[in-house]
Amino acid sequence: MTGDAPAMLAGMLGVIRRDLLLAWKRPGDILNPLFFFVMVAALFPLAVGPSPEQLEFSGPAVLWVAALLAMLLSLNSLFLSDFEDGSLDQMLVSPVPLPALALGKSIMHWLTSGLPLVLISPVVAITFRMPASVTGFLMITLLLGTISLSLLGSIGAALTVGLHRGTALLSLLILPLAMPVLIFGARTVSLVAAGDGVAGGLYFLGAYAVLVLSFAPFATAAALRISNE
Amino acid sequence: MGGYGAYVWTCFAMTVVVFVICEWRARLRQRRVYRDIEVRIKALGDTQ
Amino acid sequence: MIPWFVVPGLFLVAYGAYAGLFVAPMDYQQGDAFRIIYVHVPSAYLSMMTYMIMATSAGIGLIWRIKLAHAVAAAAAPIGAWFTFLALATGSIWGKPMWGTWWEWGDPRLTSELIMLFLYFGYMALRGAIDDTAKADKSSAVLALVGAVNVPIIHFSVEWWSSLHQGPTLVRKGGPAMDTAMLYPLLAMILGFTFLFGALLLRRVRAEVLYRERRTRWVREMILSKGT
Repeated sequence: MTGDAPAMLAGMLGVIRRDLLLAWKRPGDILNPLFFFVMVAALFPLAVGPSPEQLEFSGPAVLWVAALLAMLLSLNSLFLSDFEDGSLDQMLVSPVPLPALALGKSIMHWLTSGLPLVLISPVVAITFRMPASVTGFLMITLLLGTISLSLLGSIGAALTVGLHRGTALLSLLILPLAMPVLIFGARTVSLVAAGDGVAGGLYFLGAYAVLVLSFAPFATAAALRISNE
Repeated sequence: MGGYGAYVWTCFAMTVVVFVICEWRARLRQRRVYRDIEVRIKALGDTQ
Repeated sequence: MIPWFVVPGLFLVAYGAYAGLFVAPMDYQQGDAFRIIYVHVPSAYLSMMTYMIMATSAGIGLIWRIKLAHAVAAAAAPIGAWFTFLALATGSIWGKPMWGTWWEWGDPRLTSELIMLFLYFGYMALRGAIDDTAKADKSSAVLALVGAVNVPIIHFSVEWWSSLHQGPTLVRKGGPAMDTAMLYPLLAMILGFTFLFGALLLRRVRAEVLYRERRTRWVREMILSKGT
């Protein structure tokens, strides 16, 4: 099945386009995780209190954790609707290689969950008194990080699709591998706020994304096959 | 132990405890499996 | 089979522990606290080794569909989790007098070892959540393989990043950086732990295989012949 790049690309784009249409029809799919993100981000100041220094200090971390949790939330249903209406079976027998389709799903997830988070983060960052320059880096780290999260999350979603209590399990499976992303994402932004160099953190996030990209579609495909025997 | 005794001995004790727990649980598992199989044999013997 | 592992294991551990605790000279920097190394390093080494065994046998089971391999992976997981916990706990206790803190969130080696503990938990949780054994085997195999990328990170973390944790002492260019009086007990402990791990693993694998094959005749005959 190697070498048929145009067909693979077409297959991938087909998946993406179809899911985008579905998401368009059900805006809740995109909006709910966003609302979740905003609300979780609000939880911390509510719990900790409004002191401005604390807000500024904890901003990067809180926003990053909220983003991570929102991504986990939206990962749950990644394959669920396909599982339920039979399109998952279609994907399994399609002539297009499954890893390509899995990559398409991951990209789709990122477009509907990761990217909106990146775009809305400045709005929430304002409430944490984050200066504009820092917010810029926040967006960059979220951009790189959410790519890794979508890819890793697809593996977890594929492993737990159709499982009885898959939600918590999904998070349990993804979190260990997502921790480095959170660490470097949040800490890099904090470093920017403190005026330190951030190239290392950004390189790490980029490298991690590339590393994950190299195996995630295959792992997701394998997991999909196994979960659906 | 140069004042660090508590730390050192705690660690070694912890190690022993963990090994014992592991061994114990492994044996328990083995015993449970044996029993399960014996019950199964008996059940089959009765129905035949 | 098992006694072959237990006896040398116990001997080695006994020697290693005795020598490590009483015979080896005090470290000039750390005093007697360094003796924790005699349980910390073997646990940490074994925690990683067990994960590799688990991931490798899971992979073998996945690719070549050998049922025994899956049984080994399943049996190894809880043991590995315990060793990881032990490594983290003894490391934490060692850290208190040495670094002044029970835990250091910024440290890459501590964090990646903690991640490995969570990976073990996830592996066992996934196994538990899937009823069908074959499916559970394969799903958890995928998970184990994906998580295997963490193991080299743990090992090399002290070289790649600045860390509280000291750098490699044993496996490095130029040979071990330890005085022989301190080194031999450590090697004995590592080897002893490995033997004991083997004993634990064998016992668990035996139970695992028997359970999986409980409906077959050979198992029934074996149990019957053991007598009630």
